[in-house]
Amino acid sequence: MRLSLYEGNDAIAWAAYQAGCRFFAGYPITPATSIYNNMLKILPPMGGTVLQTEDEIAAMGYCIGASMAGLKAMTATSGPGISLCSEQISFAIGSEIPLVIVDVQRLGPSTGSATKGADGDVQFIRWGNSGGLPVIVLAPVDVKDCFTLTMHAFNLAEVYRCPVFIASNKEIAQTRESINLESLERPDIIDRLMPPSGGPFLPFQSLPEKDVPGFLPIGGKVIVRQTSSTHGVNGYITTDPDEIATMIERMNRKIKTEIDRFSFAESLIEPGAETLILTYGVTARAARAVYRDLKTEGNPISLLILKTLWPVPENLIYKNAEKVKRVVVVEMNLGQYVREVERVLKDKKVVFLGQMDGRLISPNRIKEVALG
Amino acid sequence: MDSLLNKNRPPVFCPGCSHDNVLYSLDKTFQDMGLQGNQIAMVSDIGCSGLFDTFFNTHALHGLHGRALTYAGGLKLARPDLNVVVTMGDGGLGIGGAHLLSACRRNLDLTLLVLNNFNFGMTGGQFSATTPPEAMVGSGFLNRLERPIDVAQVAVAAGAPFVARSSAYQKDLPELIEKAIRYKGFSVVDIWGVCPGRYLKRNKLTPNMIDDALNKLKPLNGPVLQNMRTEYGQSYREHAADQKPISPPAGIDARFDPPKPGRQEVVILGAAGQRILTAGEVLGIAGLTAGLNMTQKNEYNITVLRGPSICELILSPEEIDYTGITKPAAVIVLASEGVLRRESLINQLDHNTVVIQVVGVDIPSTNARVISVNFKGKGIKKTDWALAALAFLSNMNHVLNSKMLDAAVTIRFKDKTLHAVKEIVAKATA
Repeated sequence: MRLSLYEGNDAIAWAAYQAGCRFFAGYPITPATSIYNNMLKILPPMGGTVLQTEDEIAAMGYCIGASMAGLKAMTATSGPGISLCSEQISFAIGSEIPLVIVDVQRLGPSTGSATKGADGDVQFIRWGNSGGLPVIVLAPVDVKDCFTLTMHAFNLAEVYRCPVFIASNKEIAQTRESINLESLERPDIIDRLMPPSGGPFLPFQSLPEKDVPGFLPIGGKVIVRQTSSTHGVNGYITTDPDEIATMIERMNRKIKTEIDRFSFAESLIEPGAETLILTYGVTARAARAVYRDLKTEGNPISLLILKTLWPVPENLIYKNAEKVKRVVVVEMNLGQYVREVERVLKDKKVVFLGQMDGRLISPNRIKEVALG
Repeated sequence: MDSLLNKNRPPVFCPGCSHDNVLYSLDKTFQDMGLQGNQIAMVSDIGCSGLFDTFFNTHALHGLHGRALTYAGGLKLARPDLNVVVTMGDGGLGIGGAHLLSACRRNLDLTLLVLNNFNFGMTGGQFSATTPPEAMVGSGFLNRLERPIDVAQVAVAAGAPFVARSSAYQKDLPELIEKAIRYKGFSVVDIWGVCPGRYLKRNKLTPNMIDDALNKLKPLNGPVLQNMRTEYGQSYREHAADQKPISPPAGIDARFDPPKPGRQEVVILGAAGQRILTAGEVLGIAGLTAGLNMTQKNEYNITVLRGPSICELILSPEEIDYTGITKPAAVIVLASEGVLRRESLINQLDHNTVVIQVVGVDIPSTNARVISVNFKGKGIKKTDWALAALAFLSNMNHVLNSKMLDAAVTIRFKDKTLHAVKEIVAKATA
């Protein structure tokens, strides 16, 4: 056996590079900084660009510019930085700019605790944009996931032309862990699609049979328009309600209707189990320990670990909870994702366990609640 | 050369707006330079200056208020050959102040045209960063309380290598803009004009008055000698070319058997400067040489040279689920700073845990097996105690053995350092 040592942040940086990321802009912030440190070592010698910007707003702005010029771009920050990025995130959503945004969550509110973990940004990432259009959010559990999900994040950003978030956590980002590189899942790399040739280029015209427009870079031969204003297919501001509605509905649909294609999860379903633990992020590690313990003790429970948080993988949750009587949702906050689970599983008993004190939720606490 | 103005979208500025003058001057510049639309990106943000991108048949990126310079920078870094022209009003200038300062310091080859008409035209004529205190604007008395900034002076102070002030009515404005675009570096042209829709309603400002006001200032017409230097993108590419590619962390082959089966947790409680994290890494590598999985979590204050330094390490032949410490096999106590953070852990320990305690560091009462060691007495420096404690553990064949430790230090350290580390190990186990 041959194992390597990576921290979650190392894995995100290397995976980004392997996914084709050639532009990184960021502002130092604990616990995300080591992604920037890594990118600064990896990209420049390989012809990529790394920039330390004046703030997180600028980091996102530079990424938006680079992405519109055709590069795969990423920024990494934490809660206070994501707060600053909000207006640029809305821009990237509404103007269909592929980006990967890593939120290495730390304990909030506000500047909170720079060196303590939490999953307190889960609803904030979803709704922290003006307009409320859907976003894609992936949540790693460990170093392995940091690697694989980052590659998926770049692919999804390219396929759906949207920002894709990685909701990491200090407890993953700065935990060093052994991994077997050979056993890693590495998805094939996907690049954004060009429009069909012939005819004038309309920057927001969907590709045939798709809800996603073809991409041409700013700076290429064909003139390209990009705008944060409400626009029609030609990229010019519009006041026509039908044109506006068509555009907004398409952007809503292109992500929501495709969720079953990227509902990443790990489901450990035990026949006859009456309780399902549903969790995500680093807490899933403690939940796995509980799953294993109870199985050994002959009192099995089922476990569903979500790795796609947004859009809510409703079918997946519904299917995995079908046979159980109660669902225990465990998360490192005061109860955020549980709202979605309650919404999807209207007929089930949903129990919540949360903790927001900077410590990991222990297997013992989860076990107590799981056993009811 | 033909005009690059968009025939289908004629300018829509208010009658008498000086933005019109800048628009046609810029178009003339592009024609004089013989540029095609696809060689130019117009980048704009919010306000009437933000309409510029729609009037030209060029690449265009229109974004959020005050952020135009950030998009422009990203474009330029990705496409160094593109002529990137940014239009921003005095409003964008204020809200995007940090970006302006950074753009001046950074010196990317962008051209910033500040369409300075001394108020927020679009939202009702409120005061901006350049509104004179005596002006009557849409912010009541508030503009009387704040001083306007001289953008050009600010740009010079922040390091812009090309700075000019101009009137929107100046005949040679196209030539000035051409110089700015041709300048290889960040160029700022502060173009003074009027806003008939708002500012002129209650204030008198004519082209002559603008000329008079500009004449009273120390002129700035282009290159700023003390700020001239290599353009950022070029510098970046030169520096990047000197960087050596790095490889991902190398794998470590399993070659030994661990002393004990099952999960082993180790906590090192020390202080900043005791190389606690390095010792943790060595222990982790030692685990890998025995085919064990590992997780390592570190805890230290943001003031990295003072305060506690704690490392929590788990080695296990199984995949490691929970990364928290439950029943440590060993706790290494090297400094009171670390102990203070983990008093409750030490309290709860039972006889299955070995505590390696350096003499002189007190610990709370515990049922663990406490072994006192005097590393100082063995001539080992405080900064090496963490490593010495690992050597001590390996000598006990607890958690790791001496082969694992020897392999780990050989992987982690090189040359002189390795030699010194091996000496410490020898002293600790003597």
